[in-house]
Amino acid sequence: MTDVVVIGAGTAGLAAALRCKQAGLDVTLLAKGVGSTHLAPGVVDVLGYDPEPVSNPSEALVGFIERNAEHPYAHIGFDAVARCMQWFTGLFDGHGYAGTLDENFLLPTAIGAAKPSALVPETMAAGDLRNGGRFLFVGLRQLKDFYPALAAQNVAKSKPPSGAEISARAVQIDPPTGGEADVTSMAFARRFDDDAEFLETVAKQIAAHLEDEEAVGVPAVLGVQRPHEIWTRMQESIGRPVFEIPGLPPSVPGVRLHDTLLGRFQSAGGRVVMGAEAVGVETDGNRVAAVRVSSAARIKPIGARHFVLATGGFGSGAIEMSSDWRVRENAFGLPVAGVPAEGEQRFSPQYFGRHPMAGAGIRVDDSLRPLDDAGIRLFENVTVAGASIAGAEAWREKSGEGISLSSGYKAASTAIEGAA
Amino acid sequence: MIEELIRDSLDHCVKCTICETHCPVARATPLFPGPKYVGPQAERFRAGDISPDDSLDYCSGCGICTHVCPQGVKVAEINSRARRILKENRGIPLRDKVIARPTLSAKLATPVAPVANWTLRNRPIRAAVEKTIRIHRRAPMPKFAGRTFQRWARRHPKPKLERSVVYFHGCSTNYFEPDLGAKTVAVLEHNGFNVIVPKGQDCCGLPLQSNGLFDDAAGYVKRLVSKLAPYAREGYDIVATSTSCGLMLKREAHEILGMDNEDLEVVSRRMYDICEFLCDLHERGELQTDFAPVPIEVPYHVPCQQRGHEMGKPALDLFRLIPELQVVDPQRACCGIAGTYGLKKEKYEIAMEVGRPLFEDIVAMDPELSVCDSETCRWQIEHGTQVRSVHPIELLHRSYGL
Repeated sequence: MTDVVVIGAGTAGLAAALRCKQAGLDVTLLAKGVGSTHLAPGVVDVLGYDPEPVSNPSEALVGFIERNAEHPYAHIGFDAVARCMQWFTGLFDGHGYAGTLDENFLLPTAIGAAKPSALVPETMAAGDLRNGGRFLFVGLRQLKDFYPALAAQNVAKSKPPSGAEISARAVQIDPPTGGEADVTSMAFARRFDDDAEFLETVAKQIAAHLEDEEAVGVPAVLGVQRPHEIWTRMQESIGRPVFEIPGLPPSVPGVRLHDTLLGRFQSAGGRVVMGAEAVGVETDGNRVAAVRVSSAARIKPIGARHFVLATGGFGSGAIEMSSDWRVRENAFGLPVAGVPAEGEQRFSPQYFGRHPMAGAGIRVDDSLRPLDDAGIRLFENVTVAGASIAGAEAWREKSGEGISLSSGYKAASTAIEGAA
Repeated sequence: MIEELIRDSLDHCVKCTICETHCPVARATPLFPGPKYVGPQAERFRAGDISPDDSLDYCSGCGICTHVCPQGVKVAEINSRARRILKENRGIPLRDKVIARPTLSAKLATPVAPVANWTLRNRPIRAAVEKTIRIHRRAPMPKFAGRTFQRWARRHPKPKLERSVVYFHGCSTNYFEPDLGAKTVAVLEHNGFNVIVPKGQDCCGLPLQSNGLFDDAAGYVKRLVSKLAPYAREGYDIVATSTSCGLMLKREAHEILGMDNEDLEVVSRRMYDICEFLCDLHERGELQTDFAPVPIEVPYHVPCQQRGHEMGKPALDLFRLIPELQVVDPQRACCGIAGTYGLKKEKYEIAMEVGRPLFEDIVAMDPELSVCDSETCRWQIEHGTQVRSVHPIELLHRSYGL
């Protein structure tokens, strides 16, 4: 019997587990596998569009919550979002995330789109397009997941709200590798971690291409373990601001985020059971007594006083819909809300359109406890976090990490109160 | 049936590359392009008995890819099965047939252990062995104890205790580390268990499976489970101190060898890793907790095969019960050995590079000993650190003062 079992090891689960652990609870983090951090860009988007571009998420969130009473943010509440962001940036001892809830950066993506994010890794902050500037995008020849010319052409076309001028161009350098045709972002990152000479060689190759006053954009591969140190040395060596651009999986900044949160949790004595899928629950009245976990050769109940469900939505397979329109949440068997009625349209023909299915998920109350179809609380000792919660269209709103972190934080708060 | 389920799991692969970021071999060498590439991707180019890609052979079979996959793709199992076909296509070297049968050499060597141990540590001989059958001259070799655990167990006086448990000791305990077996028996007896040691326990077939010799492996599994199944049917739990062999009977013989065998099924259900078993006892309030302080700081490495049990790290929970014991988990992926992988001439350096971060962490701590659940990992860690490595049971045994 443990105090808290957190199910799911993505951003929401990691945040909930760490917060409970910091509060001195005995915590077990269970997961079928590693979570979505490895696909995520490592930035924290809180609210980017409503539906117009948001420049101040703090301000915008208040109105957004008023107008969207069934959105996860409405249940989490503005105060918890604000407290969570302070807690999150405090985890990195000053060498981690730049920004506040009061403004959005506009950072270039790998294809050169300008994307609003509230908190960004410090290694990305110099790519901010809001005040214009001159940018050099640098590609690494063996890294086939980043095309600097594509990024530069699109960035050059972007128009920041300030109306400031932007110019951008691209170069491709040829860093010394072992002769491989194809080097992944993780392999480059490990090379930066392990080999100081490699960093100097790359910096020299970049410096040879510099023109006046350019900030230098590189794919986000500046080390997994010591990005702050590597980024600082690269800036010193080149003599210009350097910024990382997140790209395709495996996402190095996402891996850093995962390693930091999980590392903190484990160092504090948190228990991790990886590779084990939650397949059901044992209940005792309006409480969950144990979660049933599939491990090698047997299904085992794991008991706890509180459970945090952070298994994700359709993307992770935590929620599934069969061809005969049956929807289920696989771990706890909770009812799924927000699903279009049978026969109605589920998806828009436009890829970037509004998809009716997107908001499907678990309905929760303001403590993030799950509700049934009639709005009645199902379990006293369960809270839900992350992409499992109904009512968000994270990819349109640019709210994914904000919801995951702050719902993980809030789900943990409810667990901590329950344990007190 | 199970073969199809395993292979079909590749359709769940979303190419997230999480397995690639966790693969310890891909980190260590560009010769291995990573589990996703040789697994769910290359599998689509394999038809029946044709396996076109040789880079697959650099997979160590540690199983971390399956463990971290969030979509339930059986990456390691797909790769193990494909390697069997690859090796059949290319021919299985004599070396692999020899190192995959530990009990064969152990039975020959045990009566002449001093000579055998001298031979395995003699440099010119090892150089000749490397030249002829390509076992690396510096690869770690365990020492034959010269006496077997089975013999000890036969002579060990049985106390009259209320409950009984069956001990599957594995061949390494029998031939190389009989003291571990004796200590396990002592810890179980201290907790009120009469320990049954079924006679004639032979290899579980895991090394044969790792080397692609599936039919021979299945033969070993069949013989072993026929010895254990009668006890399982009577309702006895079975504990294993060899975490990889325990996993073989829990899961791998079914999922990788594709065995559907009634004895195996009943044994799987009753099979527990020793730390899992003791932790479950503690959960029920039945574990003796008269632990005396062990005032040392030790690193604990969780072997890959232990993670395959999908039960977390029960040893860490047990260590928390021992007063003044400080345990550091360096959280490194793998020691590199992966059973027999690191013994091979063409893979020794890769295995050492895989283990390097772990070795460095352990050496930096300068501990009295290090702790790990798997025997081949312990031998590799001792080789890479020159620090004695022990099974978690040793610490419990010491703390109980037995």
